[in-house]
Amino acid sequence: MTEEKKEHNKEEFEPRIVGFLCNWCSYAGADLAGTSRIQYPPNVRIIRVMCSGSVDSMYILRALLEGADGVFVGGCHPGDCHYLDGNYKARRRMVLLKTILETFGLESERVWIRWISASEGQRFAETMRDMTDSIRKLGPNPIAKQWNI
Amino acid sequence: MTHRIGVFICHCGINIAQNVDVEALTEYASHLDGVIVSKNYKYMCSDAGANVIKDAIKEHKLDRVVIASCSPRMHEHTFRDVVRDGGVNPYCLEIANIREQCSWAHTDKEQATEKAKALVRSAVAKAKLMEPLSTSTIPVIPEALVIGGGIAGIQASLDLANDGFKVYLVEREPTIGGRMAQLDKTFPTLDCASCILTPKMMEAANHANIELFTYADIAKIEGSIGNYTVQIKKKPRYVDIKKCTGCGDCAQACRLKGRVSNEFDLGLGKRGAAYLAFPQAVPLKYTIDSKHCLFLTRGKCGDTPACKEACLQQAINFDQKEEIITKKVGAIIVATGYDLLDPSAIYEYGYATSADVITSLEMERLISSSGPTKGEILRPSDQKKPKSITFILCVGSRDETQCTWCCRIGCMSALKHVYLLREKLGEDVEINVCYTDIRSYGKGYEEFYRKVRGLKTNMFRGRPSEVRNISGQLTLDIFDTMTSKLFEVTTDLVVLVPAIVPRFDATAFARILHLTQSGDGFLLEAHPKLRPMDTFVNGMFIAGCCQGPKDIQDTVSQASGAASRAAIILSKKELEIDPLIASVDEEICTGCGICIEVCPYDARSLNEKTRVALVNDALCAGCGGCIAACPSNASVHKNFTKKQILNMVDETL
Ligand code: FES
Repeated sequence: MTEEKKEHNKEEFEPRIVGFLCNWCSYAGADLAGTSRIQYPPNVRIIRVMCSGSVDSMYILRALLEGADGVFVGGCHPGDCHYLDGNYKARRRMVLLKTILETFGLESERVWIRWISASEGQRFAETMRDMTDSIRKLGPNPIAKQWNI
Repeated sequence: MTHRIGVFICHCGINIAQNVDVEALTEYASHLDGVIVSKNYKYMCSDAGANVIKDAIKEHKLDRVVIASCSPRMHEHTFRDVVRDGGVNPYCLEIANIREQCSWAHTDKEQATEKAKALVRSAVAKAKLMEPLSTSTIPVIPEALVIGGGIAGIQASLDLANDGFKVYLVEREPTIGGRMAQLDKTFPTLDCASCILTPKMMEAANHANIELFTYADIAKIEGSIGNYTVQIKKKPRYVDIKKCTGCGDCAQACRLKGRVSNEFDLGLGKRGAAYLAFPQAVPLKYTIDSKHCLFLTRGKCGDTPACKEACLQQAINFDQKEEIITKKVGAIIVATGYDLLDPSAIYEYGYATSADVITSLEMERLISSSGPTKGEILRPSDQKKPKSITFILCVGSRDETQCTWCCRIGCMSALKHVYLLREKLGEDVEINVCYTDIRSYGKGYEEFYRKVRGLKTNMFRGRPSEVRNISGQLTLDIFDTMTSKLFEVTTDLVVLVPAIVPRFDATAFARILHLTQSGDGFLLEAHPKLRPMDTFVNGMFIAGCCQGPKDIQDTVSQASGAASRAAIILSKKELEIDPLIASVDEEICTGCGICIEVCPYDARSLNEKTRVALVNDALCAGCGGCIAACPSNASVHKNFTKKQILNMVDETL
């Protein structure tokens, strides 16, 4: 792919983000953002899971391979997981996964894990804004592009 | 087998329809693979909406249902009942959240509609792989735990006990009664607080169905609705409460008598190390304060501890140890109350530096006839009668830098004080009130306010910038926004009405119970309007100020409400439990045991013979931790299976 084409792609590039949110905190936080009518970019598509600790690395890899430009995992704050320690499991798993992604040449910043509580609607919206912006800067997911060829 | 899926899209009045093109979405959904019929309706959750779903199920022989509406956290249960009535397994329902996470968050109709399509697409993808599940039942333990022995906890306990349920009432102080016991009178009726509270305290203590644990904390809570295991930590009070008759000889004899500040009087009064918080304490049993007691801190108190010598019942026992008591309960009510903001945080009001700047609760103790001054109003600094008293309301409340919320009782409690002070001190005291707005919203409150305004009170609408203390003389400047004039007030006693804040240990406590806090730190209710006493943990309820500031009236109503919510559970012999838990594909399981290690609930074990992992349905909480951890994909999260999630991923993109 030529430099020029890349530039062009970047200009009208709308990142596609898949979000895995735990039912008890982040999903509720996202609901609260809506209930409070706080606006954020529609780039994120949310999949509800019971706990961030149930998010298998496979889900994230699959999303990236299928063309997601970023993947978001949201859980309860450390110590607050509804199931005691699921978010710690998720955190450990994400650290590992990110190292693996780097070895594949994929920016690990495409995968975000954040703690958002049920009362943090504002924070959820802000995080979505930040993530959309930073993925937009990163450009389209290179693996997905190859997939397209 | 291919499934017959129906998609039902809700307009939610205009809440969804204004930002999502519902017609286009319906049309779009009808072409999705597996979808037999797609319909929209103004209010899917209404009776008529339910009929749209039920009729379509019959007409098109649907076996899977997707509803695009508000958040599943809102109406999943409602819709499960609807599809069940329609003849479809309630767990063959998937909800696409196109309101909270779409139409309310995105105003660009085109983009919101695109997102809604993706959400419906992925919901359909999940529905294709849904399996009918049946609920199993667990027996309910018809006993309840009530945490906190203030008026809320007492009311909730009495209601449940009178309903015939056994109640364990746990209070961390040596006596029940809580904040209300510290009050002199209650607004707006001026009932004497202890006259209406003490009988209730007695009733709770003597009730055959209530077991009281005072001076006790909650150490641990495990289990789930219908079947919680609670560990209650009884702190040693060094007094055998079976023997103690409450005679008070120990307190009289205590070598520290009159030298330890009494927290019940907020430091205005003194007690000894052996003490009773207040004369009407329930249970009427003395406690030895291990932080001060000479014998417990230094190992020596004269030749023998004075209290021990004085106690004819031989109730003093310095060998008492902390004790853990385990109880099983079906439901839990949390009524742990509130703290007052420490006004030292607002430095300019001089609470930390001037003895004559006190809080409204301290004023309450000064007014109380059982208080440290026996009801005489004396300035703390010199024990003289003040000639002028100034109230400052909203200290830390409605303040961006401290607490954004209104304490809901400050105005009324200050007005009550004004009334009582006039009554006690007559005309020879000047009373000033600096208020922000007077919020007298309750029944009889406005009338009470009017009565007080007639009592020669100087009302200033505004917040003073600081309280100056110039060699013992307090002055403050107040700009009255009603007259647009600046006044300088010289006064003898300043009463701050501080904000109501969550208990200092609210976060740690919420963790023990797995409860959620709202942004302000109070415990979060499941729905602010419709489920104000429920929490997100099934079987746990909240009442009183732990949920947010309220007056006694509201606290008592909420406590009765919480009790009746709990009784709904306790009165059932059995409860259905959510089947969305883990299971094992026995063909694939290699018996590696990783699931057993990651399970926080001890729900997983190994069948040694077959080398296949097992799930204990009653213990599994459905977190999915073992599913992600299983290296061979043998652990399955029912209706959150890996296949389902991957399908959703594929379709959202
Ligand atoms: S439930 Fe939210 S991270 Fe576990």
